[in-house]
Amino acid sequence: MKLSIGAMAEPGSTRTNKTGSWRTFKPIINVEACIGCGTCSMFCPEGTICKVADKYAIDYDYCKGCGICAHECPVKAIEMVLEGE
Amino acid sequence: MEIMEGSLAVAEAVKACRPNVIAAYPITPQTHIVEEIARMVADGELASEYVRVESEHSAMSVCIGASATGARTYTATTSQGMALMHEVLFNAAGLRLPIVMTAANRSLSAPINIWNDQQDAVSERDSGWIQLYAEDTQEASDMTIQAYKIAEDRDILLPVMVGMDGFILTHVHEPVELCPQEKVDDFLPSYDPDHYLTPKNPLSFGTIVYPSTYTEFRYMIHEAMKRAERKIIDVASDFRDKFGRHYGGLIDTYEAEDAEVLIMAMGSVIGTAKDAIDELRADGKGEKVGLVKVRCYRPFPAEAIAEAVKSAKAIAVLDKNISLGYEGALHTDVKSALYKENGPLALGFILGLGGRDITKNTIKNIAEKAQKAIKSGRVEKDSEFVDLGAL
Repeated sequence: MKLSIGAMAEPGSTRTNKTGSWRTFKPIINVEACIGCGTCSMFCPEGTICKVADKYAIDYDYCKGCGICAHECPVKAIEMVLEGE
Repeated sequence: MEIMEGSLAVAEAVKACRPNVIAAYPITPQTHIVEEIARMVADGELASEYVRVESEHSAMSVCIGASATGARTYTATTSQGMALMHEVLFNAAGLRLPIVMTAANRSLSAPINIWNDQQDAVSERDSGWIQLYAEDTQEASDMTIQAYKIAEDRDILLPVMVGMDGFILTHVHEPVELCPQEKVDDFLPSYDPDHYLTPKNPLSFGTIVYPSTYTEFRYMIHEAMKRAERKIIDVASDFRDKFGRHYGGLIDTYEAEDAEVLIMAMGSVIGTAKDAIDELRADGKGEKVGLVKVRCYRPFPAEAIAEAVKSAKAIAVLDKNISLGYEGALHTDVKSALYKENGPLALGFILGLGGRDITKNTIKNIAEKAQKAIKSGRVEKDSEFVDLGAL
């Protein structure tokens, strides 16, 4: 691997640096229980939750597992599950 | 040759290097340097952008940003100002930006004291800056020009700090020979980095790196530091060829060939030590005292020092700083450099703190202590404070 002098990088490095690997707990949306209100998406500090059809989905490449979505969900449709379980 | 204040001699050298951006905040005893450069810019003598910042932290930050765009940059500071720069100093080195800064060496508070020692720069020893120390105003001026040549070399790309003792060198008036502009232009081509910030080719400098590569980046800085040893020697030789003046490469020696006792120090005290040595050698008692001047403190010239002291019986290391709770920083490093050799006895002396004068007699007393150690074959006190008269 070639390391650049001064840790220099071209634009778009977040495309390759997938921060999802930092996660300890993984949020899982219970699609049946989800009412599609979008609260999780608004509160996600990383912008990793997007609307898909009437429901919401998480981009696990970048979700760091902070759990704010699960905490804020008004119908408790998001569960935090330990990675690897 | 002209008689001028040390600060002005440095300002003239900076001007001759044609920096594109200067950012500085005034602090005693550095002020005259940046004041004079500000005048040069205001009077149209120097075509540079002069950024008046609100702190030293900002001064270094401006230099970092400007240097990353490919500009040649300059700043100067001292003491509390350098301490305030602390975190950004590491960034300048880690980003591999060849910023040149004059350190008008001064003590650190508390108690507040504005006078000379070298605690400020020595405390930034591990920041990744190349550290050079000048003996007199002529060397401080010439070293500034050398500093850019070392820093901007593609094999090095590290910031350089030029240490000159506050007041003792910054405020003294001495005869100085200034380097003619056309010769400096020839010696120091314009800074032309491979990579720099430009909207045409967007880049990020100093991106986050993970545990998997951080060590490698630190290693790369360290390797550049090690390469700088050769570069500093070469630049000093090139400078001699061009301008006719030479002050040694990493170190210099004086009356060292047959010396049993070697005084070792950095900065302006070297001049006093040379005079003391001349007198000791002239007084007919046959005292074999010599000197090793440490011109480059980082990278630390361990091999050059070990070689220079190998036939001495004792060395006396003078430190205008102290690692509180241990000893002077140069003393520690010198002893470490001699660990593998069956080297001379090494005595350490803490002196000249907060502007206290170091006289020829101080140096002579130290030489005498070293000679006593040679006679007894052992060092009684590893490290001691000199002249604790006020206690």
